[in-house]
Amino acid sequence: MSSGLSNLRRDPQARLGLVLAGIVVLIALLGPRLAPQSPLALVGATYGLPGDGALLGYDYLGRDVWSRLLAGGRSVLWMSFAASAIALAAGAIIGISAGLSRRRVDHVVVWLTDVLLAFPDLILVLLVVSMLGRAPWLIVLTVSVSFVPGVIRLARGVTLGVASQEYIEAARLMGYPWWRVVLLEILPNIATPLLVHLGIMLTWAIGMLSGLSFLGYGVAPPAADWGLMINENRAGLMIQPWAVLAPVAMIACFALGSNLIAESVARAGARIPSRRGAKSRARTQMRGIKRREQEGRS
Amino acid sequence: MATIYSPQPQPTADRPEAEQGGSTEAGGDARVKAKRAVRERLALPAWLPWLGGRVLSGIATAVVISVLVFAATQALPSDPARVILGPDASEDSIHTLQRQLGLDQPIPLQYVRRAGRAALGEFGDSLDSSVPAGKIVADRFGNSAALMAVVLVLAVPLAFLGGVALAIRRDSRFDRWTMNAIILFKALPAFVLAIGLILLFSTTVFPILPAVSLLDPEISPLLQPIYLVLPALTLILIVAPFLLRLVRSAMIETLEAEYVAAARLRGIPEWRIIWTHAVPNALVPVIQGIALTSRLLLGGGLIVEVVFSYPGIGNALNSAIEMRDVPVIQAITLTMAVGVVGINLLADVATVLVTPKLRTSARPRLRAGTRAKLKLKAGGV
Repeated sequence: MSSGLSNLRRDPQARLGLVLAGIVVLIALLGPRLAPQSPLALVGATYGLPGDGALLGYDYLGRDVWSRLLAGGRSVLWMSFAASAIALAAGAIIGISAGLSRRRVDHVVVWLTDVLLAFPDLILVLLVVSMLGRAPWLIVLTVSVSFVPGVIRLARGVTLGVASQEYIEAARLMGYPWWRVVLLEILPNIATPLLVHLGIMLTWAIGMLSGLSFLGYGVAPPAADWGLMINENRAGLMIQPWAVLAPVAMIACFALGSNLIAESVARAGARIPSRRGAKSRARTQMRGIKRREQEGRS
Repeated sequence: MATIYSPQPQPTADRPEAEQGGSTEAGGDARVKAKRAVRERLALPAWLPWLGGRVLSGIATAVVISVLVFAATQALPSDPARVILGPDASEDSIHTLQRQLGLDQPIPLQYVRRAGRAALGEFGDSLDSSVPAGKIVADRFGNSAALMAVVLVLAVPLAFLGGVALAIRRDSRFDRWTMNAIILFKALPAFVLAIGLILLFSTTVFPILPAVSLLDPEISPLLQPIYLVLPALTLILIVAPFLLRLVRSAMIETLEAEYVAAARLRGIPEWRIIWTHAVPNALVPVIQGIALTSRLLLGGGLIVEVVFSYPGIGNALNSAIEMRDVPVIQAITLTMAVGVVGINLLADVATVLVTPKLRTSARPRLRAGTRAKLKLKAGGV
């Protein structure tokens, strides 16, 4: 994993992703302190164009778009992190226990994840949020519920692969308690794919949460939030495009940055257990022969 | 191709007893023989029992989903009777309406009655417009289906050919640039893509396409292509990169296989290796991938329909949720979920049919995790 991380710094794609996501995270964290106006104050004309004092103009109620942009990033940030972390924890616990439990329990768990996977996730979240309300913790929980089946499947699969290894059997024969086997033998060996999946889930959560607030089911209206800003100012796209373009750009940067990072982490993670075909095996051997020849010459 | 895909004689005759002995234990020998005799006389395919089990499992999935939908809609804080009558209604009239709607009965009984009627396509009247909810779904479904059909017809061949082409030119500059562009499209949420396209094609740069799909309800949407362009383009940009990556990785894996190397060594021309040896074996992930995109299409379709005000099923669901119109919500979510279950079933059947190893076995072990694994491989739905 550590070699994977140092590879990450060398990968130009990952660096671009880190820069993009880093800028957005900084704006989201520090923005509320830097905002020149209150994000809720009516300070200008409806759909006022950018001019003196207003970097990005005014929105459909005459609020300062720049201040709202600076103030509106926190919710999507913490909610996407929380949702993917909760999904990872819950899914890993269920998945590992399913992988280690008897066949019948395992089958039931797998079948239940199949059922949940048949439900379009955005629609599941919409259904629950619209029925139970839009409290932020509820949205976070529902989004993580929609992610859990995937994590269960992944955790179960890698646990099954690890559980049949000899060192697990050895640990069991030595009489270690089950929690020790799980925590010290299994968990470290399945951590890499789970962490890669955490990054992927984070990118899904960003898309889904900003989509939810765009549809109007996320953060409640007077507050500043990027998805909500896009929805509110959509009608004035022709008159004041900046009120839509600025939050669109923020979400796009965040989503793209986190995707680039997740992609390159996934690639770095996949490199370790990759099964290589005959052709590339031959290529590697050729490379070794060539190197040996060169070394022999010099 | 001919060697791999020629219809094989049913190998049931020379199958060992153990294959089927597990399910029938005592006196199983005679029964197994009888079963085999029946199958041979009727020339039934070996995978038929599997199909029965798979259909049953699909039905069970649909039932569990209907319970979930019912539970979610029943847990709602507001009472449908109060929604219909408004805040000023007296307690008496609310109680009367609750009795008429059957809301005073125990919840399991309510579920059974609703499910029974839902199976017949009756979901009750919409609380908002008092039109039967089933009719609303039927009206809107056609529009959505037209949109999805256009998207699939364009996106699947595009992704397939593109994926094969990229797999052949793997690690070339063309491949790397396309893969980078694909990450861009994969990363952007559906509504960001849709708004970007509106900005490009209906407002600023080329104001040539309508930003709002004002379909004439009397004519099929396929005859009004101008309104389909932007929604379809958005969905294609969402679906095609996902499928293309799947095809590409499946093809790369196949091209690295030993039998392809063997074919190369035998001097078979490269185009024949690709189209008759590699492509058929890369089909399975693609079939499962198309099933996966149905989820993507429903979720992304909802947002795209809302952005473009396209009168489809997703837009109807969105407004029903805003109105808390329970019958319509139940009708639409159930239709969508059952649709996904059906598509997954079809994909599994197709997978078994195109894979000789699965097709000829009495118990095709279609790994339950295939789809989940593909989802992870392609970077998710």
